[in-house]
Amino acid sequence: MGTSVFYIVAALSVFFSLMVIFSKNPVHSVLYLIVTFFTFTVHYILLNAQFLAVVNFIVYMGAIMVLFLFVLMLLNLNKDNEPLKSPLVKIVGIIAGCCLVVTLVGSLKATAVSNPLLLKNPGLGLIQNLGRELFGPFMLPFELSSILLLTAMVGAVLLTKKEKI
Amino acid sequence: MEIAFVLEKFILVTIIFAISLVIAMYSTYAERKVAAFLQDRLGPDRAGPFGILQPLADGVKMFMKEEIVPTNSNKWLFMVGPGLAMLTACIGTAVIPWGTAIQIGERVIPLQVTDINVGLLYIFGVVSLGVYGVMIGGWASNNKYSLLSAIRAASQNISYEIAMGLSIIALLLVSGTLSLKEIVEQQHGWHWNVIYQPIGFILFLICAFAETNRAPFDLPECETELIGGYHTEYSSMKLGFYLFAEYINMFVSSAVIASLYFGGYNYPGMDWVLQHTGTTIGPLIGTLVFFIKIFAFIFFFMWVRWTIPRFRYDQLMHLGWKVLIPLAIANIIVTGVVIAIIEKF
Repeated sequence: MGTSVFYIVAALSVFFSLMVIFSKNPVHSVLYLIVTFFTFTVHYILLNAQFLAVVNFIVYMGAIMVLFLFVLMLLNLNKDNEPLKSPLVKIVGIIAGCCLVVTLVGSLKATAVSNPLLLKNPGLGLIQNLGRELFGPFMLPFELSSILLLTAMVGAVLLTKKEKI
Repeated sequence: MEIAFVLEKFILVTIIFAISLVIAMYSTYAERKVAAFLQDRLGPDRAGPFGILQPLADGVKMFMKEEIVPTNSNKWLFMVGPGLAMLTACIGTAVIPWGTAIQIGERVIPLQVTDINVGLLYIFGVVSLGVYGVMIGGWASNNKYSLLSAIRAASQNISYEIAMGLSIIALLLVSGTLSLKEIVEQQHGWHWNVIYQPIGFILFLICAFAETNRAPFDLPECETELIGGYHTEYSSMKLGFYLFAEYINMFVSSAVIASLYFGGYNYPGMDWVLQHTGTTIGPLIGTLVFFIKIFAFIFFFMWVRWTIPRFRYDQLMHLGWKVLIPLAIANIIVTGVVIAIIEKF
C-alpha cells in the first residue's frame, strides 16, 4: 500500500512542479509551488519523518511561500508590463538549461542505488530520536548552522538600514 | 485497520465537525448579544424566544443573496479563497484532546481524533496556513482595497507567528512533549500550565487574537480604511464562509488555549468525581468542563472586541516585533534557567 501511495504522490509532485514553470501568471506559479511543497510533506510522512514533515509544512508552506506571495501580489505582474526578452537571452537560457540537465543526469547516473537510512531505523524521524541525534553526535554542525542563520539575519537587518551605521 | 476503528473515528470526526459548526453559528448570535450587553442594548430578539433562531435566519439570508463574481476577477481563485478559509479553520480540531477515553461497554474510545507526537506543531502549521484563504481571496477579487487587506493579513500573520512560536517553546521546556494529549495529561487536577507559564500564556493569547484577525488586531477588515477589507467583493455564502471561518478559528484557538494553558478537561477534584461516576459519565464531565473553559475564552474574545479600539498599523507592527518577541525570548531564557536550577538541586 505504501508503495502505491508513494507513486501517486510522486506523480502529483512532478505534475505540480511542472505546473509551476508552465503557468503564465506568477501568482499561479507560487500557488502550484505551495501544492508541490504539500506533496513533499506527504512524502516525509510516508517516510515516517513526522517532525520534518510538519516543519516543512510550517516553514515552507506557512512562512516562506506567504512571503513570496506577498511580494508577487505587491508587484502585480501581468503580461502588459512584462519586459520583452531579446533572442540572445533566450538562447543563453536554453543552453544553460541543457547544461543543467546533462549535469543532473550525469550525477544521477554516477550515484549507486541509495541505501535509505530512514528505513533501517524507522523511528529516526520521530521528534525524540531526532532531537537526541541533533544534540548528540551532530551538536557542532547544528550549532554552526544556527550561527550561520543568525549571521544572515543580522545581515538582512543591516541591509534594510539605509542611513549610516 | 479494523472496520470498527474506522467507523469510530468517522463518527468522532463528524461529531466534532458538527459541534464546531454549531458553536460557530451560535458564536455569531453570542457576539451580538455580548455586544448588546456591553453597550446596554437588547440585541437580536425577534427570531424565536430571545432571538435564538437568529443564526438560522442569518444563514438563510446569506444563501438567498445573489452570487456576484466581479468581471475582472480570477474566477477560480475567487471561489477557492473562502473554501480554503473554511478548510484551514476546521482541520485544527483533529489533534485536540476533548476528554479522557470513555468506556462504552467493553470498548474504550479516546476522545481525540489522532494523537500525533507533533500535535502542537500541527496546530501551528494549520494556523500559519490560515492566511492563504484571506490572501488568495483578496488578490483574486482584483480590488485594490482587497489586495491591501490581503497584504496586511499576510504581514500581520507572519509577524505574530514568530512570537507565538517562541511562546510555545517556553511551554515545551515545561512540558517536554509536543503531543497535546500528554500536555493535557500532565496538567492533572489543578496543575495547569498557566501557573508555570503566566507570561507565555499572555503572549500566546495576544498572538491568538492577531492570528484569528479579531479586534483589536482586525486590521485586514478595517472598514474605516479598507471598506470591507479582503471580502469587499464577496457576496452571498462566500462572504458567509469568510465570516463563519473567523468564528470557527475563534473556537479552535479557544480550545487550544484551554488545553495548553488551562488544563483542558482537567479540573480540581476530578479523581473523586471519576471514582463516584464511573468510566462512562466521568470523562464526559471532564469534556463538559473543557467546553465551559472554551466558552469562557470565546466570551473573552468578544469582551475584548467590544472594549478595546483597533490598533493603528504601525502600532501593530511595533507591538509584534519590538515588544512581544523580546518578551517571548526573555521568557524562554528565564524558564530555561529556572528549570536548570530546579533539576540541579
